Amino acid sequence: MTPTSIALNRFGLGYRRDAPLPSDASGWLKRQIAAFDPAPPALGDRAIGSAEFRRVVEDSFAYRDERNEARKMAGNVEERRKMAQSRKQQVRNRLVGDIALRARIALESETPFMERMVHFWSNHFAVSADKPHVPLLVGPYEFGAIRPHIGGYFKDMLKAASLHPAMLAYLDQFRSQGPASQAAKAREKRGALERGLNENLGREILELHTLGVGGGYTQEDVKELAKALTGWTLQGIPYAKRARPQENGAAFFGWIHEPGSRTVLGRTYAEGQAGQAFAILDDLAEHPSTARFIATKLARHFAGDVPPEPLVDRLARTFTESGGHLPTVYEALIDAPEPWVEQPVKFRQPWEWAVGMLRASGDIALADRQFVQMMRALGQEVWLPGSPAGWDDREGSWAGSNALLRRIEAAERFAAETRLDDARELAEAMFPGSLSETTAQTIRGAESNEMGFALLLVSPEMMRR
Amino acid sequence: MLTRRSMLAAGATGLAVASLGPTFAFAKTPGHKRLLVLVMRGAVDGLALAAPLGDPAFRQHRAKWLDTYADASKLDGMFSLHPQLGEIGKLYTQGDALIAHAVATDYRDRSHFDAQNMLETGGTQPYARRDGFLNRLVGMMAGEKMSAVALASALPLALRGKNPASTYAPSTLPQASEGLIDRLPDLYAGDEQLASLFQQAQAAEDIADASGMRNINRAKDAGTLAARMLSDPQGARIAMLDLPGWDSHAGQLRMLDKGFGQLDILMSAFRGGMGEVWNDTLVLAVTEFGRTVAINGTFGTDHGTASAALLMGGAVRGGRVVSDWPGLAQGQLYQGRDLRPTMSLEALIAGALGEHFALDSAKVMRELFPDRNERPVEQLIA
Repeated sequence: MTPTSIALNRFGLGYRRDAPLPSDASGWLKRQIAAFDPAPPALGDRAIGSAEFRRVVEDSFAYRDERNEARKMAGNVEERRKMAQSRKQQVRNRLVGDIALRARIALESETPFMERMVHFWSNHFAVSADKPHVPLLVGPYEFGAIRPHIGGYFKDMLKAASLHPAMLAYLDQFRSQGPASQAAKAREKRGALERGLNENLGREILELHTLGVGGGYTQEDVKELAKALTGWTLQGIPYAKRARPQENGAAFFGWIHEPGSRTVLGRTYAEGQAGQAFAILDDLAEHPSTARFIATKLARHFAGDVPPEPLVDRLARTFTESGGHLPTVYEALIDAPEPWVEQPVKFRQPWEWAVGMLRASGDIALADRQFVQMMRALGQEVWLPGSPAGWDDREGSWAGSNALLRRIEAAERFAAETRLDDARELAEAMFPGSLSETTAQTIRGAESNEMGFALLLVSPEMMRR
Repeated sequence: MLTRRSMLAAGATGLAVASLGPTFAFAKTPGHKRLLVLVMRGAVDGLALAAPLGDPAFRQHRAKWLDTYADASKLDGMFSLHPQLGEIGKLYTQGDALIAHAVATDYRDRSHFDAQNMLETGGTQPYARRDGFLNRLVGMMAGEKMSAVALASALPLALRGKNPASTYAPSTLPQASEGLIDRLPDLYAGDEQLASLFQQAQAAEDIADASGMRNINRAKDAGTLAARMLSDPQGARIAMLDLPGWDSHAGQLRMLDKGFGQLDILMSAFRGGMGEVWNDTLVLAVTEFGRTVAINGTFGTDHGTASAALLMGGAVRGGRVVSDWPGLAQGQLYQGRDLRPTMSLEALIAGALGEHFALDSAKVMRELFPDRNERPVEQLIA
């Protein structure tokens, strides 16, 4: 691959039809860091603020009440079924709309390297739309909590993402209650069923968001962090009306917060209500294990499944020295030799492959409902990794035989819907100076532009970056 | 005109072809034993799967949930089966299902991802190995040309490695045209990886015959498809299937009703689809770890240690619960909160696979789960 092709495909999201080719690969990438627009025009008037999260949660609970009322009435089974169906459809439509929006933003982006970073961080702080509330929160989460922070400091993104309503809902944090909280004491008094601590978010923050496995924390640290996190909940929950709205769209409910100071990784944090979690997260963000963990993930994403040690070292050092200033880390990545090796280093994941198709077609109308459904068939349904670890970033997870067949099917349908003058010319633009003779020849031999485009979309050049 | 099916049959592999279609690339002389591995991701509560009602400490810990087992079928004097597992209960009665209890891998922490990684790689540390234990099993059968398939869109870790394995999931996309399919061998001529993936894909497509199926997440379809892949004489000998959704931190009763219900439907469809071959079949249903004995504050349970495993199939010496029951009184719990493991899941798997495939179990243990002292569990297979 030539440097231009590497910039377009390995760092970016592929060539966008009719866009000029960058002349200075690394300069082009670096300029994107400052030029990135967290709220691009394509986002339109999609609500992504506090009010929207409150509305979504209130709406969910209102629906639940309505449904429970309906259940109490005898008969009307059919009506109830319709009600559930229509609710499901409504939620699905909103989710599909948001995914299509994500695809349109990726297609139109003139800062595709930074757009890739949005996808990277969204996967680092993964939520999955297979839990209640999440389908309606996940779009606004990425648009409103990830995008604005990818060009800032890691610690700010950490606080925005780990304590976001979408994350609190996904990892059951909003149900967690301090065992010595006022709420627990009141329950005990009235002999109500105990509700207690849920360690899920505490563990995932340590294991997946910051230090990483083997990063030097213990089960006791998980527990202490979980206790500090109690009180963080959603706005709009009817039984938590007194919870105080927080800047990131979540809420803090002192009533369920575990009182007292907490000790995490040997450091003691005084009681500070909502601020206690912030203080711990600030320290976790600066921990050397966090720098190493993030550096390893970035290196794996841009330089290959087995992240080159020197690159990991350099990125970790930059991360630490800059206080987790992400643009500085991105620059170090672009300046490093390892991500510029000539041979492809990664098998493309379905999302990046599909976005590559979209950008090559240049046709915004193709970023539609059908595109969203296609992602399911390709094995990477957007915002549905099914795990807080997000999608795996190694070839073994994606280079399957069946997966290849699905791409072939998807490519052919996609090509048939794209109007194209010359697939050969497009091929050269997509992989400047890097197209193999075999691929070029196969495309030349195609009976139509559509067939040529389909072949290009499933070519070895397109499958890897 | 050539249909895709006939074209494939005459395809580039040049293998002799049975009426049902071409073989997987590596299934020329199939052995007759079959294996289905179900990985229940998210940590199944073994205490809910086979509830130790005979243990008074269990009745205390889980007092609020005992109603679930009011009409449950008894497995023996100690254990009762979850009521949603009716079909599996029948298999148990027929001697075709065995439950191993208080089982755990070597993993002693509480991360799903690490635990699944260790279970699938067979390493003694998470991420220590890059290949999967099932892939190495394929390697041990090299003489038999075993073929292995994951019913999934992407290859799970357990099947990754240097030995051949493929994936299969029914498509929701329009079938690719012959014109395109025809040109791909040329396009991939210089690319060993893509060429090999493409060839495997075509072979699998033919055997699965899944044109009527849309969704592998439907338990019935998954069971039917697994049976089709394994019962076809030219099909796979080893299949793997994920059953996610067991991480019951909140609202466990409803979640497990659904989960066990799905498992039961899947097994029923699979049993039906296997016909006679059922007698040569072993099904292993395993999970990465168990859950806390106590009910948590959100009517669920948190990450624990030991759980249960299911062995099913006509090959199994079933109708019994195999367990050295550690007890659930406070002093008997692992770290004061979990069911204490008394049997190694690795040793259970190695023992079952060794007997099933007539291999030396000790060798299976060494290859699949190296650097461990446990001896493979014996007398699991008839």
